[in-house]
Amino acid sequence: MSAVEFRDVHFRIGDRSILNGLTLSIQLGETLVLLGRSGSGKTTALRLINGMILPSSGEIRVDGKATVEWDRVRLRRGIGYVIQEGGLFPHFTVERNIGLVPRLEGWPETKITARVATLLNSVNLAAGDFARRLPRELSGGQRQRVGVARALAADPKILLFDEPFGALDPVTRLDLQREFLRLRAEFGKTSVFVTHDVQEAMKLATRIALLHEGNLAFIGTPAEFETSPHPEARAFLDVLHEARRAQ
Amino acid sequence: MLSDVLQDLLEEGVQLLGEHLVLVLSAILIASAIAIPAGLLLASSPRARRWALGFASIGQTIPSLALFGFLIPIPFIGGIGQHTAIIALVLYALLPILRNTVTGILGVDPIVRDSAVAMGMTRAQILRMVELPLAAPTIIAGLRIATVTTIGTATIAAAIGAGGLGVFIFRGIASVDKLQILAGAIPAALLALAADGALGWLEKRLSR
Repeated sequence: MSAVEFRDVHFRIGDRSILNGLTLSIQLGETLVLLGRSGSGKTTALRLINGMILPSSGEIRVDGKATVEWDRVRLRRGIGYVIQEGGLFPHFTVERNIGLVPRLEGWPETKITARVATLLNSVNLAAGDFARRLPRELSGGQRQRVGVARALAADPKILLFDEPFGALDPVTRLDLQREFLRLRAEFGKTSVFVTHDVQEAMKLATRIALLHEGNLAFIGTPAEFETSPHPEARAFLDVLHEARRAQ
Repeated sequence: MLSDVLQDLLEEGVQLLGEHLVLVLSAILIASAIAIPAGLLLASSPRARRWALGFASIGQTIPSLALFGFLIPIPFIGGIGQHTAIIALVLYALLPILRNTVTGILGVDPIVRDSAVAMGMTRAQILRMVELPLAAPTIIAGLRIATVTTIGTATIAAAIGAGGLGVFIFRGIASVDKLQILAGAIPAALLALAADGALGWLEKRLSR
């Protein structure tokens, strides 16, 4: 069974169509990268998965159940979410940020403390050093690591990444991309990753879904993507080849 | 002789100061009880927000002495005395508290609110754990403005028989007695400074 399934999903705001009949399924354990330009509908597609928005027509099934039928709070607590800068609560320490969902879920304090320490360790931050800091006392990359740890906290089945590394400098970005691959090997979570960066997509994806003006232009492995004849795919591949030539 | 006069002033002053504090504290508590919840509701409704803030602004443009006068003939809420004064002071205090509550809530970073929703927090949890703590310094700043102005405005309440430090000031003006005027004005000013300092400290602490 697939982890997430889009069935002829349309999303409109007023008479503007953002997604036009998106159909795709996301397999258990894969990393599907939603690639596209700004306004292609990729972030909309992501936010439909955890019920932040609901489709105008069609349905998105998570764990076999349509998002409109899910209790939205339950649905979201089972899905980790990472956004730019981590979206950390500025008034919470690192420890409270990471422990938030477990705490909402009523875990005992000792279990939360242990979980936070394990996760900080997983994202390569020393718990003793970082647990009590506030987000503003961290670098951008550190904040993003905490954001990933927070998303993993309650052991969700699915992780959503909304251009998480977009605001980082290239060195930190590369560092976190490697980290992402390492964590994927360690946790094996189903992940959906939104980016407009084709290099990032090629590096992280097990499959790429290319969105163009609300339509699915291509879906397949990075290797298949390189030979796609679709004009939008060619446009992104030009960027990729340009970058390779420059190296 | 002089010390007798001072002795009398002091005794009366303590009583008037007490009355003044009752006026100010009641007005601020009532205004907060109305304006903070209203501000929280208005933050999510742009249309109602324009109306409510407009209405509260108009309330504040009415000269205070005139407002006290207007309220006297109104049945039930009006009349001579403390409660009429408190109603007028509440009307004045509403706007800064309301406006700052709305500004504080709207000022919460949309990314932070978004991630709160995405983590499966309920509306009430977001309000209690995210929006209110982040808006607290701004709300306290509104409370601070409201309190300081209310302490000043409350001196006019003596004109409609509500007591307070204004009694000294009005009597001093009527009898051209500088000592009496100062006996009302200085404690009122010190009270305003103390309130400003205390709430300013709280504001700073919360915005750490």
